[in-house]
Order: sequence, then C-alpha cells, then structure tokens
Amino acid sequence: MNSMQTVTGSPLVKRGLADMLKGGVIMDVVTPDQARIAEDAGAVAVMALERVPADIRAQGGVARMSDPDLVEAIVEAVSIPVMAKVRIGHTVEAQVLQHLEVDYIDESEVLSPADYAHHIDKHAFTVPFVCGATNLGEALRRIAEGAAMIRSKGEAGTGDVSEATKHIRTIRREIAELKALAETAPEELYLAAKNLQAPIDLVREVASSGRLPVVLFTAGGVATPADAALMMQLGADGVFVGSGIFKSGNPAARAAAIVKATAFFDDAAVVTEASRGLGEAMVGINVADLPAPHRLAERGW
Amino acid sequence: MTVVTTVGVLALQGGVREHRLLLEHLGATTVPIRSERDLRGADGPRVDSLVLPGGESSTIDRLLRLYDLAEPLRETIAAGVPTLGTCAGLVLLADEVLDPAPGQQSLGLLDVSVRRNALGRQVDSAEVDLDTALGTVRVAFIRAPVVVRVGGGVEVLARRDESVVGVRAGAITGVSFHPELTGDETFHRALLQSSPAAISR
Repeated sequence: MNSMQTVTGSPLVKRGLADMLKGGVIMDVVTPDQARIAEDAGAVAVMALERVPADIRAQGGVARMSDPDLVEAIVEAVSIPVMAKVRIGHTVEAQVLQHLEVDYIDESEVLSPADYAHHIDKHAFTVPFVCGATNLGEALRRIAEGAAMIRSKGEAGTGDVSEATKHIRTIRREIAELKALAETAPEELYLAAKNLQAPIDLVREVASSGRLPVVLFTAGGVATPADAALMMQLGADGVFVGSGIFKSGNPAARAAAIVKATAFFDDAAVVTEASRGLGEAMVGINVADLPAPHRLAERGW
Repeated sequence: MTVVTTVGVLALQGGVREHRLLLEHLGATTVPIRSERDLRGADGPRVDSLVLPGGESSTIDRLLRLYDLAEPLRETIAAGVPTLGTCAGLVLLADEVLDPAPGQQSLGLLDVSVRRNALGRQVDSAEVDLDTALGTVRVAFIRAPVVVRVGGGVEVLARRDESVVGVRAGAITGVSFHPELTGDETFHRALLQSSPAAISR
C-alpha cells in the first residue's frame, strides 16, 4: 500500500488549503506572542508581518517583506498555517518566503509595490498565493497569474469597513451580472471579458458556476465582531483582520469574539454576545479623510 | 419507495461545501450541522450518517465546545451513526492528539493517536494516487496529520509510504486526506452504503 504518482504545488493543492480556511479568521500578527494569542482565540491562520497596516500608514516610508528571523519565529510559535506578505511584483521576496516554508504568500498592496506594471508569476511557485482585488476583473487577472485565493480589498489600517463593503459587493454584483449574461446572451461574454480585462476562459467559468474558481475572503478595516459578520453576510468565505485586533484595548477577547461572529455570522444572538464588553476598538480613520496617494486599495493593476 | 440518505456535515469551519457537493452528486441529501438541534431531536438522530470535514482542527474544536455541540456530537457518533472524518475530522475523532494547539481537545471516539501536520507544511501538500483497502483513490493531502498509534480493534485502511493515513473502527472511518477535493467518490460511497437508510432499502 504505497503511494504512486505524487504532485505538489498543483492548482488543486494550492486552492485546497484555502478551502480548509473557509469560515475562519486570519489575523495579522507582528510577534510570536501575538501569534499565540491569535491561535488561542481560534484563528485559522496568522499573517506574519513587521508592522500592522495602521502603523505602516502612521510611520510612512517603504514597507517591505518582514525579516526572515521574524517570519521563522512566528512559524515556530504556532501550529496553524502561517502567511506572510511580499510587495506586488517582488518575485525574490516571494522566493525567500517559499524558502522559509510559509504556507501562503500574500502579494499585498499594503506593502509598497516593487513593480507598477507586473504582478508575480505565481504559477512558478509551489507555495500558494493570495492576492487582493477591488473588482471581478482584477480578481480574474490575479487568478490567471496563479493566485489560489482572493481577498477583496478594503482600506487597510483604517478601521473603516466601508471600502471592504464596497469591494465585496462589487465582486458579487459583477459575478451575478456575468451569470445572467450567460443565460440570456452568451455570445456577449467575449465583450464582457474585454471589458473586465480578464481571460475569456475564466469569464466563462465564473458565468456558468456563479462564483469565483477560488476562495474569496475579505479584508481591510474590519474592527468588530459585527464587521466580520457583515462581511460573511455579504458572501465572503472568511475574513482577514489586520490592525483591528492588536490595535484594540483587549486583543485576546476581541480576537475570540471575531472568530465566534465569523462562524455564526447569521445568528444575531451570537454576534450580540460576542460584541459585549470588548473594551475599546481601534481608533479609526475615515477613508474619505485619506488623501488619494495614501489609499492602499488603489494599488494593484 | 425511494429512500434518500440524509448526511449531516459538520459546518462550523472548513471544507464543508466540497463534501456536500460530492454527497449530493451521489444522490444523498445533506444538512449542515451547526447546533445540537440540527443533529438530533427528542426521537433520536436527525441524520443517517455524518461527515466531519477538513479545516483547522483547533478552530473547529474550539467552536464545538463554545457552542455545546461537542458532547451531542460525541454521543451521536458513539451511538453508532456511521461517520467519515477527513483530515481535521480525523484529528477530532482521535483519542489522543499530538502536537496540539494549546488547550486543544478531541472527541475521543477512535482508539488512535494522531499527530497534526505530520506530513509537513503547505509546500509538502500533494495530490497522490493511494492504494487503500477500498481500492486505489486519487486524493489530496493538505498539511496532513498521520496516525502514529493504532489501538486494538482499529483496522488500517491506508498507508502513505510508512505512515498510517486511513483507519476504521466499527462505523467510524478516519482519513488524513481529502477525497472531496479531488472528487474521488470511493469513501463517500462506502459511507452512504453503511448508512441506515441504505441498509433498510
């Protein structure tokens, strides 16, 4: 009884890990201690980084991949999957993270882009990638490049959930429109692909299935259990929480509460209980007050 | 009269959808199990069989206990409802979990010890053709656990190289891998055939 043909890094294996994260919360952590708090709270994975988006925003400068020592220390600290971020288009940062055996790489607009034209060719890696998207076309371009998971973008580090709401709604609406088009005027899918700037094969796949071919999480500005439940009710498969946990008054309690509200997003009694007595939420910034060059969600092409 | 098997799929977190699609493709009805009410009524279990899917075992364990579902689930499976656990589902069924997350518990229904993530990190995750006691299957191992101790009365169903990756004891089957990701029907067919609705047909 021995194994025969074995394939690592296939699309199925890459997408498969994301499938196992569904219904869960992925938390930004900057130290091994924070990673342990996240694991204790029931996170399905952690995102290892040097600064949470709120600090990247406050401190400015170029934001890069984290120090390998930090990534390794976090990998050592927890038993759940560990993700880490690379700059958009920075193939070598991704090679480093693959060498460190992180479980997922986030090619992220939260860091400073390394390439303003190209994203990473993600097919070339064994480790799977998650990428951000503000709309369906952007999501499908990332999937064409090999992304095995999509997160709708919000405005990271603000505690303002309005951009996350807008982008998940946009993606969901554009999928519904494609599905309707496939039923009424399938010959118009070519034009739809042109307008979405996405490959026709992926457009056809979405039009017939009514969903993305990969798992869709949402991210950016989620700060409360109710925010997380809102994202789930809007059709997300799960939630990334960045600054919202460790920039709040009681991170352990807030992390556990967001996990509960995400799993039982459709049960108001659970979300109510989870929302009680959490102390102060992160201090927010209204996205409308951000000057355009500081809006992270607009990075990515 | 056509008898349709109703399979409850534990739906707190993880790969729920893939199991439901595969079971429904095989003609079963599926229901998501999120509370004791979904699982059983005053007159007994509301399902003919159960699937405990993959996911993050430490998260599922935490949610099971937070929402008072661990004990009803344990009692229902112990009462003989045929059950298939895949990956995290195998971890949940085991008597002993090695390399647990802090405080992680299990249902203690299978006399085996299971080591989490024993086959490595995601770079080691793989699609594999695997010979099993039920035939050759095409399955995916995702940060997979392995069985490191097999108790008396537990039958080994599959090994990958030297590692035990599939076991059965009575009506409970636990596997390290994901047949639902590749769409391999072998283990799900076996579950449906062992379900009371199928037996009474």
